[in-house]
Amino acid sequence: MSVIALAFYLFAICVVAGGLMTVISRNPVHSVLWLILAFLSSAGLFVLLGAEFVAMLLIIVYVGAVAVLFLFVVMMLDVDFAELKAEMAKYMPLALLIGLVLLMQFGMAYGSWEITDSARAARGAVTPDQLENTAALGMLLYDQYFLAFQLSGLILLVAMIGAITLTMRHREGVKRQSIAQQNARTRDETITLISVENNVAPKSILPSQDNSKKVVR
Amino acid sequence: MDPISLFHYLTVAAILFTLGAIGIFLNRKNVITILMCIELMLLAVNINLVAFSTHLGDLSGQIFAMFILTVAAAEAAIGLAILVVYFRNRGSIAVEDINMMKG
Repeated sequence: MSVIALAFYLFAICVVAGGLMTVISRNPVHSVLWLILAFLSSAGLFVLLGAEFVAMLLIIVYVGAVAVLFLFVVMMLDVDFAELKAEMAKYMPLALLIGLVLLMQFGMAYGSWEITDSARAARGAVTPDQLENTAALGMLLYDQYFLAFQLSGLILLVAMIGAITLTMRHREGVKRQSIAQQNARTRDETITLISVENNVAPKSILPSQDNSKKVVR
Repeated sequence: MDPISLFHYLTVAAILFTLGAIGIFLNRKNVITILMCIELMLLAVNINLVAFSTHLGDLSGQIFAMFILTVAAAEAAIGLAILVVYFRNRGSIAVEDINMMKG
């Protein structure tokens, strides 16, 4: 068995084990960690396939952003997960049946399938020989797929704005700086001139007296 | 002769996709795990795309794998944001409690 085959089976077993434990793990934090294992090993599979750029992207985007986001949310929400997992055994037969049907469909599709010669002729973007993977992807992405690239950036922008507006909330009773309010203050509404008599406390600063001038902060 | 063929990668992707589908039915009440299962299924699709891309010598597959990655990240961010807002309002994330809109 060659080194590549050994690496493939190692990564494949890690991917499948990670996926399985993500599904059946009782603690959602463990679930996220198994998910990270699945992502990392599939990045290894991509490296074996010769797609280094997508592999590194998978590590950065999935492990660095998505999985950490999941981890944050799982730890932030104070949910009784044991109660949520209690009915897992009830749905097991249905889930196994659906999984079996799906696997049989995949088997039927892959078993009777082969690449025709015309498929090779119909390639849209043939991999160049002299360029390495990242450079070739860049040549293609900024040329042929430029519009789709920009649109995917737009999707990310919309997702960012949506997530911020969904989760932002204004708490009552928290003092915030309002620059417009500060700039709108005039001398008349902030300063009160009091003529003080000798040996008598000034009445207008006593709390019982109604002060017509509103004091801002 | 390399013993690892396209079929091996497709098998891994098929198993991973099936696991994700099983997980959606198994964790009927936990929205976070359902979102993680969707990520697993998208990962399986990505493995398929990249395997075909390398096998055929066509780089478009890897480009579209990147687009799937983008959409998956956006979907996870929006889904988790909705989940946080929902938990703040209702104090629960069970799927059965999400019936306010009544379809």
